[in-house]
Amino acid sequence: MDRARLDGPAAAPIDYLLHLADNAMVLGQRNAEWCGHGPVLEEDIAMANMSLDLIGQARLLYQHAAALTGSGTTEDSLAYFRDAGQFRNYMLLELPHHGPLAGTAAADRDYATTIARNFLYSALMLLVWESLQESKDPQLAAIAAKSLKETRYHLRHARDWLVRLGDGTPESHARMQAALDHLMPYTQEFWTPSPPEAEAMSGGTGVDTRLLREAWEAEVDAALAEATLQRPRPGGYVPRGKEGLHSEHLSYLLAEMQGLARQHPGALW
Amino acid sequence: MVSTVQRAWDLLETIPDPEIPVVSIRELGILREINERDGELEVVITPTYSGCPAMGQIEDDVRAALAANDLRAAVVTRLAPAWTTDWITDEAKQKLRTFGISPPHAAPEVSVVWFARAAANVAMAVACPHCGSANTTETSHFSSTACKALYKCLDCREPFDYFKPF
Repeated sequence: MDRARLDGPAAAPIDYLLHLADNAMVLGQRNAEWCGHGPVLEEDIAMANMSLDLIGQARLLYQHAAALTGSGTTEDSLAYFRDAGQFRNYMLLELPHHGPLAGTAAADRDYATTIARNFLYSALMLLVWESLQESKDPQLAAIAAKSLKETRYHLRHARDWLVRLGDGTPESHARMQAALDHLMPYTQEFWTPSPPEAEAMSGGTGVDTRLLREAWEAEVDAALAEATLQRPRPGGYVPRGKEGLHSEHLSYLLAEMQGLARQHPGALW
Repeated sequence: MVSTVQRAWDLLETIPDPEIPVVSIRELGILREINERDGELEVVITPTYSGCPAMGQIEDDVRAALAANDLRAAVVTRLAPAWTTDWITDEAKQKLRTFGISPPHAAPEVSVVWFARAAANVAMAVACPHCGSANTTETSHFSSTACKALYKCLDCREPFDYFKPF
């Protein structure tokens, strides 16, 4: 299908839409692991509801990307039939719900890790969606306006728990701090534009996240101060998940998410 | 003679919301427009939340209600302007209250980052739909669906859902 004819010259680059979609998809799938395993019933339900929002955002973005791609591409083919190297999500979002371990060792899910990640990501996305409401891609602007409303509630949830656990018992404080220390370096990926991001910025369809950094850091610092947590020093490895260079964890996540669709292609229920 | 568009409104405005069947999709503001172009009907609906699992059901219900009356329409999902709880009619808010769900306050200004901060929410008293007391407390930001929060009344001790401003 002719891209220009379908959506006009202001359609966002497909890889940029996939970056946004994969972020929502991968975190939605990751957080849905808590369904049936939440630390308390209310949190179990909250996590499932937020995953539903994220998967809904991913669907809208995949549908838009599929319409622009044409040639029979669908939201399902984008979600279920691309391999890890084709996913454009931040590495932060694919990591398991626990700290780093050697080799193939596994650990129990750690709620502090879940909360820290949701906080760091939703604080970013609140600003990203707010900016993308002005995107020259009208469909992306509409998705952004919708997602912004949902993200406010996600940030509020994560922030409340960050403060409660950080300013809680010695154990909850220590675990919250450890989760932050582990995850904060991965946020460096937020501020290094990938080629599709640069293309989206120059075309007026995407946002320059570097311009959001100051507001993000102010929000993070204010929340950490309230939570009596220390901001880890920046530095170290800068991941490039959005360019398709992922940790080993993404393939396992996708195996679970994509297995059914690949074993029974075209299955309906 | 009743126009086709009016007939479609009559058929569709009573379709109940799949999650909260005491209110209709028109009263919730999900059913936006019915248009006729060159003899073709077009029904415009808008999703509440991106991931609302009821949207597919609503689309099916719309098609079925029309088909049962020999009408066919293209069902169009429109995202902008984004759905807001401010579109819920006053009549529907009363129905929600009777059903045991505290209806939403006016939706907050979406561009306010500070909404996420707890302090901004303190001022909003949520009335218990059972006894009317404003002496209530939030148990969880999310409840049986993403659009609701879980509250409990500190006077009559009943738990209840609050339809979140959105």
